[in-house]
Amino acid sequence: MATIPNVDFKKRRAPDFPSAALPLLQDAQLRSNVRHATGVIQGKRARVVSEMPDWQALRDAGQRIRAHTLEHLDIYLEQFEQRCIAAGGHVHWARDAAEANRIVLQLAQNRTGRIIKIKSMTTEETGLNRALEAAGIRPVETDLAELIVQLGHDKPSHIVVPALHKNRSQVRELFSRTMNLPQLGDRPEDLAEAARVYLRRQFLSTPVAVSGANFLIAETGGVCIVESEGNGRMCLTLPKKLISIAGIDKIIPRFRDLEVLLQVLPRSATGERMNPYNSLWTGVHPGDGPEEFHVVLLDNRRTEVLRDPEARETLHCIRCGACQNACPVYRQTGGHAYGSVYAGPIGAILTPQLAMMERGQSLPYASSLCGACYEVCPVKINIPEILIHLRGRVVTGRPKVLRAFHPEAIAMRAMQWMFLRATRFSMAQRLGRIAQRPWIRQSGWIERLPTVLGGWTRTRDLRPLPPQSFREWFQARSHASMPSQNSSEAPHD
Amino acid sequence: MTDILIGDPLSARSEILARIRSANRGISVKNRNTNATESWQDIPRTYRQCGTLTEADRVQLLAERLIEYGAGVYRCQSAQVADNIAEILRCRLKRKILLSSDVDPDWLPQNGPAFIHGNALSYPEIEACEGVLTGCTVAIAVTGTLALCHTSAGSSRVLTLLPDYHLCVVQAAAIVETVPEGFRALEPHRLQPITLISGPSATADIEMTRIQGVHGPRVLDCLIVV
Repeated sequence: MATIPNVDFKKRRAPDFPSAALPLLQDAQLRSNVRHATGVIQGKRARVVSEMPDWQALRDAGQRIRAHTLEHLDIYLEQFEQRCIAAGGHVHWARDAAEANRIVLQLAQNRTGRIIKIKSMTTEETGLNRALEAAGIRPVETDLAELIVQLGHDKPSHIVVPALHKNRSQVRELFSRTMNLPQLGDRPEDLAEAARVYLRRQFLSTPVAVSGANFLIAETGGVCIVESEGNGRMCLTLPKKLISIAGIDKIIPRFRDLEVLLQVLPRSATGERMNPYNSLWTGVHPGDGPEEFHVVLLDNRRTEVLRDPEARETLHCIRCGACQNACPVYRQTGGHAYGSVYAGPIGAILTPQLAMMERGQSLPYASSLCGACYEVCPVKINIPEILIHLRGRVVTGRPKVLRAFHPEAIAMRAMQWMFLRATRFSMAQRLGRIAQRPWIRQSGWIERLPTVLGGWTRTRDLRPLPPQSFREWFQARSHASMPSQNSSEAPHD
Repeated sequence: MTDILIGDPLSARSEILARIRSANRGISVKNRNTNATESWQDIPRTYRQCGTLTEADRVQLLAERLIEYGAGVYRCQSAQVADNIAEILRCRLKRKILLSSDVDPDWLPQNGPAFIHGNALSYPEIEACEGVLTGCTVAIAVTGTLALCHTSAGSSRVLTLLPDYHLCVVQAAAIVETVPEGFRALEPHRLQPITLISGPSATADIEMTRIQGVHGPRVLDCLIVV
């Protein structure tokens, strides 16, 4: 198996996408695992979406709810805070990842020296597990896939199914080694049973749990967590203390808005009509669940994303992962190539923005702009357009001198000059026709081009320029003395 | 309990809110209705708000969806609830069953298994029970969802979590067709803990193969009272 490029989110110079993707593309096992898993989810999603006559109306409503929330984000955050405190919860605000981790660390101290965790992309983003371990607190991941990632010292590769790059025999090998179960079978049932037994003790004996949140409801001060296995319910019911970290973008205005989001999220995320468990709670409930409840509201540069009118809808994301499953690039490379917590199309727009365009500059280019992500997005984030916008920001973010003499900029200026006049353009075509001659193979295709142009033909053949362009054909035709419908033969395009 | 203040909470709060306000000032006035309530009401909701199925069809659809999730589904008249519960529990070999406080005493069979009220039990005592019997506040047919609103210690969330078996009694009148109807019915309970259950605990984390039963109850039965 190829090694996963060691990309630390903190590091300034993570490998760019193409170089990180290269070793992964040579890992046949990983590619087949990713392709199988994304194919299965896509198929299930397509089936349960096609049975919804009002799917587009739901997407429209979802988009409007998210846009509306961002427009009034300050009001809704304050409302959430007030209602959550009134219901017995505590609300903390964190400007960045380090501040969020500090808050959690102080709250998480307990006699067992460990905490249990519900899968949370936000805590991946803040690097909470590393911070906890550094402070001597052991975080125990309880989601099956997160457990696989944690036991294997791996990194999540998908928003919803973090261990989608592993197959059953790889998981069996890992569990049998780390849980000391030499007789373990490799049916998914056996593996889930092993996790059930392994984690049950932890659930009942750990006094503190940390979770993310799918939705924070401003109207009630409540929190909603969406899951399948029941590990989430265990974590948010059994311990004495529960700490939920949520990005400020996770707010929704009212309880009723769940009628939209809880329709589009499960169908988009796992291809289910509804996921097995959704939990909603508000503050603390005497006699039921934790005695102490904390919410940490995390900014971590989300407000910078909000500032960009062209890209702020990135914050509409409800983390369903549908764009990853649909993306032809992600389906080839898997999530690790993105070198960031958030992979796939959403990662390609979210990561560089959260890094204020200082990291992940190659990610907006990790796309063919085919638009499959936009089509499946349950809240209609126009990812291809944001990708192009961010490519622009990458270019304008370059130092001025570099910008003027960048090969890409020079090529673009040359193209601009050429496209500006029809005469220049047709001259370029004529030149191209001559210049291409040595490169046309017997098959009639150009199989390899020299210099920088070779990048294009490295993985595909190119059709040569035809002997006559459409304009030339058209002119020849109209100058002919006796124009007739079938006298001149149309050149192939 | 005194409020727990950590670090420099006030300035983090005001700084984040100030950043949001400054970011939002930049976006066009046309899109920004200053009144959040009015602007929320203006959100177009052209999706299906109401179903069209009859009660019998709703019962049928809910049953189909739950069966697809791997749950057991039984139907009976309201006079036969106790007999049916006795029969289901006998087939499942359950002899020690927790009771949620929303269970109607008339549903309990006379010579059935031992029923134990769930309030004031410790976690190990709850875990030692073989199953739990609950009612259901609202059921959503289209998604095969059972909504449980937890009102007191006698119907707390842990009761339906630790035991490996859950028998849920659903009144046909509590079944709605669509998700929006379901949330409308749940609106009065919005401050209580709510658990939406759609089939037994499951995972598809390994090779996207759905398997039943990870941490929550591995077996879910649903008795629909028509």
